[in-house]
Amino acid sequence: MSTADPIDSGRAADRLRAGDSRRPAPASGGSKSLGGVAGWVDDRLGPAKGVNYLMKKVFPDHWSFMLGEIAMYSMIICLLTGTFLTFWFVPSAGHTTYDGSYIPLQGVQMSEAYASSLDISFDIKGGLLIRQMHHWAALMFIVALSAHMLRVFFTGAFRKPRELNWIIGCILSMLALVEGFAGYSLPDDLLSGTGLRAAQGFILSAPVIGSYMAYGLFGGDFPGEAIIPRLYGVHILLLPAILIGLFTAHIVMVAVQKHTQYPGPGRTNDNVVGFPVMPVYAAKAGGFFFIVFGFTALLAAFVQINSIWVYGPYDPSAVTAGSQPDWYMGFADGALRLLPGWLEFNIFGHPLSLNVAIGALFLIPIMYGAMAAYPFIEAWVTGDKREHHLLDRPRNQPTRTALGVAALTFYGVLMFAAGNDLMAIKLHMSINDITYFFRAGVFILPVLAFWATRRICLSLQRSDRNMVLHGRESGRIVRTAEGKFFEAHEPLDEYTRWKLVGYERQAPLELTGGVDAHGVADRSSRGAKLRARLSQFYFGTHVDPVTPTELAAAHHDGHAHEAIEAAGESTHAGSHLTALSPADRGESSR
Amino acid sequence: MTTHEFPDADSAGVVRLDEGHHPGDGKMPAEFENPGLPPHVHRMADHDDAGAKRAERQVAGLFGLSMLGTIVAMVGYFAFSTEHRSWVPGLGHVSTTNLLLGIGIGLGLLGIGLGAVHWAKTLMPDEEVVEMRHPMRSSDEARAGFAEVMREGGEKSQLFRRPLLKLSLGGAMGLFSLPLLVQLLGSLGPLPRNNLDVTFWDGHPHEGEDGKQHRTFEHPRLVTDPEGIPIKAADVTIGSVYHVLPAGLLPNADGEGGLEHGQLEEKAKAAVLLMRLDPTEFQDTPGGKKAKEWGHDGIVAYSKICTHVGCPVGLYERTTHHLLCPCHQSTFDVTDDCKVIFGPAKRPLPQLKITVDDEGYLIAAQPFQEAVGPSFWERG
Repeated sequence: MSTADPIDSGRAADRLRAGDSRRPAPASGGSKSLGGVAGWVDDRLGPAKGVNYLMKKVFPDHWSFMLGEIAMYSMIICLLTGTFLTFWFVPSAGHTTYDGSYIPLQGVQMSEAYASSLDISFDIKGGLLIRQMHHWAALMFIVALSAHMLRVFFTGAFRKPRELNWIIGCILSMLALVEGFAGYSLPDDLLSGTGLRAAQGFILSAPVIGSYMAYGLFGGDFPGEAIIPRLYGVHILLLPAILIGLFTAHIVMVAVQKHTQYPGPGRTNDNVVGFPVMPVYAAKAGGFFFIVFGFTALLAAFVQINSIWVYGPYDPSAVTAGSQPDWYMGFADGALRLLPGWLEFNIFGHPLSLNVAIGALFLIPIMYGAMAAYPFIEAWVTGDKREHHLLDRPRNQPTRTALGVAALTFYGVLMFAAGNDLMAIKLHMSINDITYFFRAGVFILPVLAFWATRRICLSLQRSDRNMVLHGRESGRIVRTAEGKFFEAHEPLDEYTRWKLVGYERQAPLELTGGVDAHGVADRSSRGAKLRARLSQFYFGTHVDPVTPTELAAAHHDGHAHEAIEAAGESTHAGSHLTALSPADRGESSR
Repeated sequence: MTTHEFPDADSAGVVRLDEGHHPGDGKMPAEFENPGLPPHVHRMADHDDAGAKRAERQVAGLFGLSMLGTIVAMVGYFAFSTEHRSWVPGLGHVSTTNLLLGIGIGLGLLGIGLGAVHWAKTLMPDEEVVEMRHPMRSSDEARAGFAEVMREGGEKSQLFRRPLLKLSLGGAMGLFSLPLLVQLLGSLGPLPRNNLDVTFWDGHPHEGEDGKQHRTFEHPRLVTDPEGIPIKAADVTIGSVYHVLPAGLLPNADGEGGLEHGQLEEKAKAAVLLMRLDPTEFQDTPGGKKAKEWGHDGIVAYSKICTHVGCPVGLYERTTHHLLCPCHQSTFDVTDDCKVIFGPAKRPLPQLKITVDDEGYLIAAQPFQEAVGPSFWERG
């Protein structure tokens, strides 16, 4: 690494000064030795050493690393604006008559929670802005953390040593859903009350203990007066405390394990290439907080969200058409719309409402359970016990990427299904047809998505090989002596090439034949068989990175390289031309 | 795989990509080597003082924008009352103070943020720094040391030598959380008892000595929700639909009576939809026949609480006599005893058997014969 030095630049005038030795710049105000308040603190607690270390810490730069940052900042905005809201919100289902300044509801009987939410919206200066910032930040929090989660998944950042942090992330994500639901249930308007009514129905569907759970949670009959203050406690104290605790652990683990980085020239599994916290990341990340906060404020100023005064107070016998939860609960709501009624069974005289329980009670834990388990499943299949700090380009893990897209498609179908009524109205289609389509789609589309994604990944990998072997199209048309035309290709420079070849060759594990070296039957052969099958599923079809030998062959003999290309994608390890790329999986020295 | 995998395979075949080619000596490395960091490219501000000055001015300008935003926010807060509305294209009439406050705070924050990022990107060092990683695992010594400390601690506390201590401590630790758990779960709410089985149609609730709710059925009149006006059978025209509650739950038309406590809770179970069909429209099925029989002259009353998860079944399609729940689109056929014909609900909506009293007003002939609303385990 050379230091930044304008004298090295190519200008003639600069070259004349090449031999000059430069005097250090005089110390500016900020670079005096530690004194004042900082010195006073260091005398007592000695943080200078640790802070030095933190300030010099290097973070890699990539736009996708900002997704987690947006989530973090949105959460902080929620905490700030939420604290404001607690000063005016009255978490009580007690009855009152509205006498605020919103004329259409004057004299209407409602809960104190709803009345105080209206006061925040109409009578407290700037209250509506704070309320809308809170709601927008909450939506952004979950959007950003979901996008962050996808980034982590598709780049393989969850691999050893970061499995624990992935699990913490899964829990954070799940709790964020609950936190959001608890939050938007508080104003006690007609929409949120309908959501709570459905939630009570969900809880009732729990086998054996459903009604006890419901009566415990609601403190008796629905709606009762207990649920609002209870949700309030959960929303402003219990869940934020857990969220902040887990989030702190999440961040500390990132610092301890150092951030992952995308592969590229100079980036290895043993280094971090990027910018130090002081001053670059302090400015960039700190500035980004203000950007996210400012964006939220503008959004809240210009785009109305959750206009509770339109819905009116909660009334258990009233409902609005198009009742829908906030977007992040959409998938669960969609599942409830798709599950057919015949899934309610009668066992020993008791109803077992799987038509409700699958979507309302089991879906979220199963989904997050599968996500949390994924790193361990993949690690078992690959048998890979190494630490990974270099990310994967999604195309270089075709099966993982395809699995992720399939899961995303499943989620997407459920989420769109939650809008089946709106689609029916806007598109003038039969709601029944739309629902039947989604019912089939929830099984078929993920499979199609899996297949298509894997093909696209393999194609992209082959396109990378093509680029490395033949170079990039120059746009220069050359005519040969025989009168043939072709476009000249230019070879890639080594830095660009490295991006396309710097990944590991993959091959499925092979069966040992169920017997060990002494001919004794392998006890674990059934597990091994499953593992070999899964490994075949993951890596049975793979495109290998171009090797120097292949590139040399392509350069040497323009006609013979086609045979090598054909070897690029091997469909089985056994028939693979190992001579071309003998890289041993375990010994890679990227 | 065919050999013509790439569209330009043919033309590429005659291209000699010899330039920069390293002659092979048969000892090619198996893989490409990481070429290391690419050469650094300086920015304008790095070697041009004017460029640096310009960047400085841009950053200062953004910070200035932030200050301007703060002034806008202050003006928005102090100069306008909460009632003041302004017309804004695309937004309509909006609260002026709210809008200006939002714009001001937004600009105030964005100015700082964009300024800081621009500063970092133009003036702060942009040369990448390399930091080395170390395996996460502690050294073997440290791990052995840790195990030793723990073992010694166990040793010195005599934990391993005195199993009685170990067992009794384990027991105490295991049990101490029990009372806390019991307190929480036990006191959260009452037991459901028979609450989910009865509605206000059964009569006013009063608690019996066994803790169950006792109600005395008194043939309540069907009254409109929310006006509380009794409904005369003769006034119900074919095709009309009424939101109905049992008399006595809400104050009547003169604002008298009505439940003092638990109004919402009773309403959540007692809400009923009343429709009048042409009696010939009922289907010739056991359900259709029963529906007609439990009604009065084509007037039928059904629980409005969806049997799926309890939303009010709010949408009635007059031409097809279908009821649709807006939450999850369960669809019920009124002509066939509200059987589910589509959607996630399993059970039909419970029917309220009705008749007329001496004055011709609709009354309940009997309370609901099954629990209304979503399924629950104890429901028979």
